[in-house]
Order: sequence, then C-alpha cells, then structure tokens
Amino acid sequence: MRFTFDGRPMRGEPGDTLAAALLRNGVRVVGHSVELGRPRGVFTAGPEEPNALVRVGADPMLAATVVELYDGLEAWSLRGKGRLTPDAADDRPDDRRCDKGYLHCDVLVIGGGPAGLAATAAAGRSGARVILVDDQPSLGGDLLNSRVLLDGAPALEWVAGLTLPARILTRTTAVGYYDHNYVVAVERRARGERLWHIRARRVVLATGAHERSLAFPGNDRPGVMLASAARAYANRYGVRPGRRAVVFACADSGYTAALDLLAAGVEVAAVVDPRPAGLTVAAEVPAEVLAGAVVTGTTGDAAGVLTGVLVGERHFEADLLAVAGGWNPAVHLFSQSQGRVRFDEGLQAFVPGTSAQAERSAGACRGLYGTREAIADGHTAGTEAAEAALSSRTALGARAALGGRAAGSRAGETGGTAGSRAGEAGGTAGSWAGEVGWGVAPLRVPECDEQPLRPPAALWVVGDPVPGGTEAVEPAFVDLQRDVTVADLVRAAGTGMRSIEHVKRYTTAGTGADQGKTSGAVVVGVMSALLGAGPGEVGTTTFRPPYVPESFATLAGRDRGELSDPVRTTAMHDAHVARGAVFEDVGQWKRPWYFPRDGESMQAAVLRECRAARTAVAAMDASTLGKIDIRGSDAGAFLDRIYTNMYSTLPVGACRYGLMCGADGMVFDDGTTTRLADDHFLMTTTTGNAAAVLDWLEEWHQTEWPDLDVSFTSVTDHWATVAVAGPRARQIISVIAPGALELAFMRYASTAVLGVAGRVFRISFSGELAYEVNVPWRYGRALWETVLELGAVPYGTETMHVLRAEKGFPIVGQETDGTVTPQDLGMSWIVSRRKPDFVGRRSHSRPDTARADRKRLIGLLPEDPAALVEEGAQLIAGEGAPSGGVVPMLGHVTSSYRSATLGRTFSLALARNVAVGDRLTAVSGGAAHGVTVVEPVFYDPENARRDGDPLPAGVAVPYQGECRAESPATAFAARFGAVSTETVRLREVPFESMWEVRGADPGVGLRLGPSWWFISGNFLPGPGWVDVSDQRTILELSGPGAEDVLITGCPIDLHPDVFPGHAQTLLAQTSVLLERRAPDTYRIYVRSSFTKYLAEWLIDALAAL
Amino acid sequence: MLLIDCPHCGPRDETEFRYGGQAGIAYPTGETSDARWAEYVFLRDNPKGWFRERWFHVHGCRTWFDVERHTVTHEIRNTT
Ligand SMILES: [Zn+2]
Repeated sequence: MRFTFDGRPMRGEPGDTLAAALLRNGVRVVGHSVELGRPRGVFTAGPEEPNALVRVGADPMLAATVVELYDGLEAWSLRGKGRLTPDAADDRPDDRRCDKGYLHCDVLVIGGGPAGLAATAAAGRSGARVILVDDQPSLGGDLLNSRVLLDGAPALEWVAGLTLPARILTRTTAVGYYDHNYVVAVERRARGERLWHIRARRVVLATGAHERSLAFPGNDRPGVMLASAARAYANRYGVRPGRRAVVFACADSGYTAALDLLAAGVEVAAVVDPRPAGLTVAAEVPAEVLAGAVVTGTTGDAAGVLTGVLVGERHFEADLLAVAGGWNPAVHLFSQSQGRVRFDEGLQAFVPGTSAQAERSAGACRGLYGTREAIADGHTAGTEAAEAALSSRTALGARAALGGRAAGSRAGETGGTAGSRAGEAGGTAGSWAGEVGWGVAPLRVPECDEQPLRPPAALWVVGDPVPGGTEAVEPAFVDLQRDVTVADLVRAAGTGMRSIEHVKRYTTAGTGADQGKTSGAVVVGVMSALLGAGPGEVGTTTFRPPYVPESFATLAGRDRGELSDPVRTTAMHDAHVARGAVFEDVGQWKRPWYFPRDGESMQAAVLRECRAARTAVAAMDASTLGKIDIRGSDAGAFLDRIYTNMYSTLPVGACRYGLMCGADGMVFDDGTTTRLADDHFLMTTTTGNAAAVLDWLEEWHQTEWPDLDVSFTSVTDHWATVAVAGPRARQIISVIAPGALELAFMRYASTAVLGVAGRVFRISFSGELAYEVNVPWRYGRALWETVLELGAVPYGTETMHVLRAEKGFPIVGQETDGTVTPQDLGMSWIVSRRKPDFVGRRSHSRPDTARADRKRLIGLLPEDPAALVEEGAQLIAGEGAPSGGVVPMLGHVTSSYRSATLGRTFSLALARNVAVGDRLTAVSGGAAHGVTVVEPVFYDPENARRDGDPLPAGVAVPYQGECRAESPATAFAARFGAVSTETVRLREVPFESMWEVRGADPGVGLRLGPSWWFISGNFLPGPGWVDVSDQRTILELSGPGAEDVLITGCPIDLHPDVFPGHAQTLLAQTSVLLERRAPDTYRIYVRSSFTKYLAEWLIDALAAL
Repeated sequence: MLLIDCPHCGPRDETEFRYGGQAGIAYPTGETSDARWAEYVFLRDNPKGWFRERWFHVHGCRTWFDVERHTVTHEIRNTT
C-alpha cells in the first residue's frame, strides 16, 4: 500500500495503522509538541495516543494509531497551534456521508477482547438480543497484540472458533454512556462515520485497560514508547519498533513485552524493574535485569531522538525504551454512566466501585488482567446480564399484553405475544443473529499459558517531586500532549491547590485531545506524593464524553444543508416559488414575505400590495394558521375557560375573535373561533403557536377538567386557506364560492368552493371586506391559482402586517412578549366580566398586573413622515437625542411601517405614562426621531370599509373549470422511483380517506391513544369522525431494507416482540404515524406540511444505504 | 437520554415528550389571596431527590401523566 507522509512516498502493509506504517518506514519523529516544540514519536498503539497526531485528507487532527492505512492515504504532521494549517482541507471537499442509527438490545457488550467475547457468547446463547461493539477492525482485543496460547493454540484461533449470536459492530467505538443505559457509539466507515444510538437493558463493559507511563527525566523522546505498544507493533504488525531496547518494567507486562521484542528480533539491552530482586522473573528473560532500579534519564541525538537510557550511573545504548508503568482499567464509560470508581491498593489503580446503571464491568476494565480470568469473568457477566434483561423484558411484555394497556393492533388482528419469536428471522438489519443463539453449546474457559501476575510497583515519578528536584536534569513529562511536567504540578501544589480538578485547569494536564488517557494516573500519582495523600484520596478528574474525539460532521450526520432543520411548506408553495416570492421563516414554515415584480424593491412591492388590498382585491396564503377542530357537549364551556371572552353563547355559524392568556394573565395567543354546530367549534391560532395551543388545550382538559366532554383534533394540514381581501373581494367569491356571497361579517358557511366541499369565513385582519376560503389541502394550489387568475394581487406577510397595524391590531409575539396583558393592549373589552373564571383571570387583579403605570399599546407618528423608526427603538420623554446621563426609558417601538394609505410612516409601541399628543423621542443606534403619541388606530376607526363594494350589475358566472387535486408528494414520484432498489422501495400511497375519532372505540383503525383512533381507507364515516384526509400524506417503504432506512431516523424499537404494529413517534425531525402493514412494508403517515421535508430525507436515506 | 415509560405507549425516548414541571399543583378555586395565587403561578419545589413531575407524550399518544424522578440519579419510577 502506497501512502505519503509530509509528501514523502512510503509503503505499508494491509492491516497497518498509519502509526505502524510510519514505524515500518523508520519514521521516528511524527511531530513536535505544541507548547515546547519538542520532537515526539509514536507512543501508543491505540486511541490513547498523545503524540502522533496527524492530518489525514480533510480530517485536521487524528491519532495515527487509530487510522487504518489505505492505498493513496496522504498524511501530514501538524504545525501551528489551535488552528488549521493554511494548506489543510480547503481544496479537499469532504465527500463523506455520515449517518446515524438507532438500535435496541437486551445486552450491549462494549469491547471485543477476551472478556467481551465471552460475555457475548454467554449472553447470546440465552436468546437475548445482543450487540457487541469493538473499536478494532477485527475481534480479539489485546489478543490481537499478544502471543498468548489458549488451549495450546494461538489465541486468535480460539476467537475464530467462537459462536457469537449477536449483532457485531467492529470499527465502532462507544464514546458516550448516558442516562438509562443509552450508549452512543461511532462506527468508522470509509464513506463516513455512523453514529449509533443504542438503548440496552443491560450493559457489559469490557473496555480493557490502558498501560500507563510514569514521569522520569527525558521521558518524551521519540523512541520512548509504552511496552504494550512496542509489543503490539512487533506481534500484530510485524514491525520492529527499534533495534535495541531497554524495558522499564514496573509491572510483569514489561517482561512479556521483553520476550515478545526478543522474539521479533529486537535486542533487549536491559530490563529495569523498580521492584526488589525477589519479585522478578529474571531467569525467563535472556537479558540483564536490574532489580530495584529505575530509569533516571535518557540521551538523544541532534534531532532529539532516543540514543540511550540512563539507569543511575549506567548508560545503555538503545533506540527504544519500552515503559510498562502498570495498568489503568479503562473506567471512562463506567464513570460516564455515573458509576463511582475506587482506588485499589493492590492494583495501584482506580477500578469500578458502585454502579449507577444496569451495567457491570468485566475483565481488565475491573482489574482482572489475566486472559483466562477475563474470559471467565466475561462469561459470568454475559450470563447474568442476559438473565436480568430477559426477565425485565418478560415483565414488560406481559404488561404490554394486558388488554387495553398498550397501543393496540389493527382491529381484527391479534397482537403477537412477548414470547412469540418464531418466523421473524430474516437477512436484514432487523434480524438478530441472537435468534439462533438457542442451543449453542456453553462456552468452556480455555487453558492459558500466562504466569500469575504479581503486584506492580507503586511508582509514578522517578525522584522527589520537589521544587528544583527533577527540573535540574531534564523535564519529566506527565502529559505529553499538553507538555505538562512534574515541575508544573509542583508549581500548582505550591499555589495551594489541592483539588485535582483545579490542578487540571491550572496546568491543562488532561485537557488534550487524548483527554489524559496516558497522563491522568501519573498526575494523580505525582499530586499524591506532593500532597502526602493516597491516590484514592486525591481522586480522578471527571470522565466526560466523548471517549475519543468526534467530528461535528459525525454528530450532524445527514441533518445538514437543507435537512438541518425541517421546513414546512403549504399546498401553494411551488406556486409561490414560481411567482418569485421572497420568503420569510415563521417558526418552521416558509411564508411568502412579499411578491416582487420584475426588479421591484421590497418597499415598492409592499406599497403596491397594500394599495391593491385597500383599493381593489388581493390574496394571501393563510394556510399556516393553526386550525383545531373542537368537539363535545362541553366544548363551549371549555372555551369559556380558555379564552378571556365568551364562546358558549356564540350562535352556530358565527365567528368570534378571542384572546387566551397564561395562568399569569399574560396574552398567550389569539385567533378567531367559529361555532360550526352546537357541540362543534373550529379554532384558529397564530402560525407560530399552533402546536403550543393544542398542547395547552389538552393540558387543561386532561389535568384540570377531565370531566368536561371535549376533544381536540389538529386540522392545520388538512385545510389550505386563501385570504381574499379588498373592496372587490365579493367579485371573486361570487365566482369561486357563490354559496358564500350573502355571508355577513363574522359569519361562516360550509359551501362548495370551486366545486369541492369547502369552508368560507368572513373575517378580516385588514379592515377591508375579506374572506378566508378553505379547501382540503390537495386543492389548495388550484384555489390559489384561480383566485389570482380572477385578478387578486398576491400579497405576503409584510403587507398583512402593515394592513393590520394600520387598523391597530396587535400581533402576538410582536406587540406582546409574555409580559403584556389584554388590558395593556387596550383590549379590556375582550375580557369578560360575566364569566366566573377563565385561565389568567385571577392574575389580572394581582397588584403588579393591575397597577396604573404599566406599558400600554400606543400609536406613534414620526415628525418626519418619511422617517421609518426602527422596531425595538427605545422611547424617551421630550425632544431631541439624550445629551448624556441617565434617561428614563418609557417603552419601545414594536412595529414600524410605511403606509401607502396614509402616505407616511407610522409605528405601534408599548409605553408607560404617556398620553395622546405627547411628543417623545425614539432612539435606536445613532438615530433619534421625534414622534407624537396617537391612538393606535390609523385607518378607518369607524369600520366603514368592512363591507366593501357591492357586486357590480350582471350575473356572476360560477367557476366552471376543473379543480385539480395535487398531493404534496406528487412532485416526488419520479425521484422516489429513481432511488428505489431491489432492497427497498419508496412510493406514495394513492389518496385515501382518513379520520380521527375520539371517545369510544369505532371498531376499526389504529389506536393512537387512550381514547383516540385513526382510520384510513374506504369507510362510511361514523358520527363524530373528524375528516383528516388531507392532514397527512402516506408514504410507503417496502422491501428487506426498509428497516435499515427507518432506523436511521426512528428512535423506537421495531423488533416484532416490541413494536405493536404501529406507533406515533419521530422520524428524522418530524412526528409521524408509523404502521407496519406487512413484515417488510411500512406506511409513514406524515403531516402534509412536512411531506416535502420527509420526502427529501427519505430519498437521502435511501441514497446513503 | 431518559427512557420514560408512557402509561399508554410503553418506554420511549425523552425526545418524544414535553416536560410539565411539578405534579400535583392544584388550580386554586374560590377566593384566593394574592400570595396564594402567586404561589400557584410562580413557585415550584426544586428538591434534591425524588420529585413527582408531569410529562406529556407530545409526539406519541398525547397523554399527560405523572412520574417520580430522582433529580440526582435520574432514576424514574412510575406513579399509579
Ligand atoms: Zn404515549
């Protein structure tokens, strides 16, 4: 395999890491340290690497020890500090496709070494659903690096012979362990990482241990390496990490490394063991063993690379110093799970103490370093985990099977019980190798040729860490990546710091990309010596996710670009785009802001649109307003409690504008609500608050007044709405909805619109004659196009805002900000005094809410009629800009526009202690404008414009054309087809009638909630069925790969034992109703406004497979 | 990521729910003093330990229900 390092061509072997390949090519210096610029080489063989950080392709910083070599790889050493090198990445487009996925299991095993493999084998054979994640390309853990024999044969033969009934994810690092056994793991794929979100009933941590270094002078030279790393390069990669080695063996693993190096043809000059002579196994190692000795320094060549090792007075020539400082169990994930570690005196290491979650550590990560011990421990851990998981699964399954308890199945079908597993096995992601676990022979713990291990030396630092002590010779490093030395720790202790967390922040030890994996224990050991306290008393710093660095691209996955945030669109969206509309974001909606004609400025377009609405006729897409269907015999009484004004007395067919307040009495939302029948209302909400208002209604109904007979159904996406406004609006209505021609102001008609069943409301937000015309969503575009063809001028939200402001109508969220009462808005008239109570009523008489000097809604006219005061400008008393000092602020400007009708600018504002006629100054930035306070109604205060022009003479001809239906997914048909494969097919299901039903079981359909059903298909609707045929679009995913697509965005468990056949849940970033119609066929019912977003997301998901 | 056991749907991820604050705060009826009303509107317990709180399964069955959660360990136990 060819690759380059800093432009130099090199060759490596398949299976090499970049670090192994660099050593293979004799590269000793991989980079220079950030702070001191000292040369550094490969120090480890894993993710704990502090030194060998490189840039690879577009990745600015990776540890060479975890980069798998590929042909053509280009790597560079790092330069600079804290920023990308100028030559990095710019010209290298990042073409990776990162993704994510959700998995569920009974037992998650983290780590594929001896303990993890045994745990997987044991858990899998019990029938549990097991996932094994391991960060290496192949299983074995430390066995990959070792020459140990199991049952007399190479250990990897034992690995190969294992039966592992589990889903196995290699090259996958568990990086985060969160509440309730939620583990996040990153799978490295050539085409981009995949972030796995795994929910496990039980977790077995088999994360192994990290060898540690210790602090001695000159311990950072290239050529100084962990003994375990030297052994890995020799055994696994066939790379000699040096020609002549000294081994610093504080633990027995140093002797194993010495033997392995000898076997690989490396000369071993000496083994230096701090422990007394009686403890060494010198006879086994054909090299000089210096018992009771320590490495006191190193020598180097001109480049700083290791040439020799000092042991007191003696100097050994060597180009490799293998340091076996002892082992630290990898307790990172355990600690992230909020488990508490404790210091084990025998092991001289922190080990898992008290668990906080349903997990258990096994093998080396709890200090059982022997291979045989780890296998036995893993086997026990896996067995116990599976038993515990299966018993909790059974309990849950039994509960789910209780009648009426769980989300039910489609009527007429019987749900599968928790115990039925047969026939579900398939070849896809959905299937579990665990299905074949039954009957697998139990694992036998193999014999191993390892010697029993003896306690390591309790040595963290050579020499006394006192001021001037080690500093005199050469720096002794504790954190190689951060260039933190023993002297730095001495200084920290000298300032009086006692907490290890303070020392970390003061010295930066442990804050590098390696997060102190090799340095943490050394820092604790040195601080322990400095403070005269045991390491257990000093404690560790907090282990935080992620375990290894992850890129933002990995975390973002496919939620980038257009998919980064869902965009909601109306039925008319494509027409708006074709017409050149400029859009604004309102919540997640795209709404036309204005419709510029060729070359027109925004100001000119808005003035023109306003003029059309005031003098002729104009039309706006009002589909985004929230619409809630409210039914029940107590619906009127319920609305009386929610709105400040009265609804129970509203006549059938009448509309009423209403305000609702929070319990604190502040305005929460507004809109018109219409009585369609005695027990049936339609509420409209503001665009941005639609979901919040529905939540609000359900909260009060369910938690305070469950006795009221009332139910709520969102129909926001069922109806498309066009507001037709202007003195000539009646002419358009006479053509499109002649049945609504005679409507009085604030009245409603259920009538044919363009020949389809529609609803027309005569309500006005502009003061002009106006109608809100509703048709089912699929006819929305046809309605819009027809209204425009009939001469209406399209207008956007800006014009709508100007028109309502001229009439002094406030906008919730613009004139209000959660601190404004109806009285503050001058709307005391809408606050009922007759009703005994409504939400917020009591707050209106609180002293603060009732005080006289509150800010109130006012109008402002700038003295310069061409000057537009900035929204948000502060109001101060008197004229002219403040000349300094503290000036009381009276309020602020909430809305400001140019009015075509008034021929001048005007504003709305909230201000205290002002009266009509007062002259104030509006200040913002550097601008100050003189303004005069006026009543906040600028136009037609006597409402003379409300009824518009009469219909001209002559008979209006009702619309004769066809009203074309168009689903939000229609435009995607070809792309759905193009992206579909043999494995997975995506299509839109042709239109079906759909209903939502509340209350009693209708006997058909899907149960969505305790008394909530969803019905689709050919049915004769029963009484009380709410037509929601256009509220959702039906997309269908089918084929063996369907589940592979769904798990990239759906967090729930789709396993047949758990998934009841349908569920309301999340898919990507939107709510859906998901229904499994057949083993490989899913229907996705998605809100019509989210359909385009979800269609793009699904197309992207299929393309990413 | 909490796993919250909806009484209707079973265990689901926290992201499907909306938090509803302390449970068991009754809406005061009848004559209520300013102080009592302010307490209802503005004051909530904030214990270290077990806390009875409301959750709303907003992306699922849209049911409000109570759970007990330990504010230190995040352990959850259902209330019936
Ligand atoms: Zn639920």
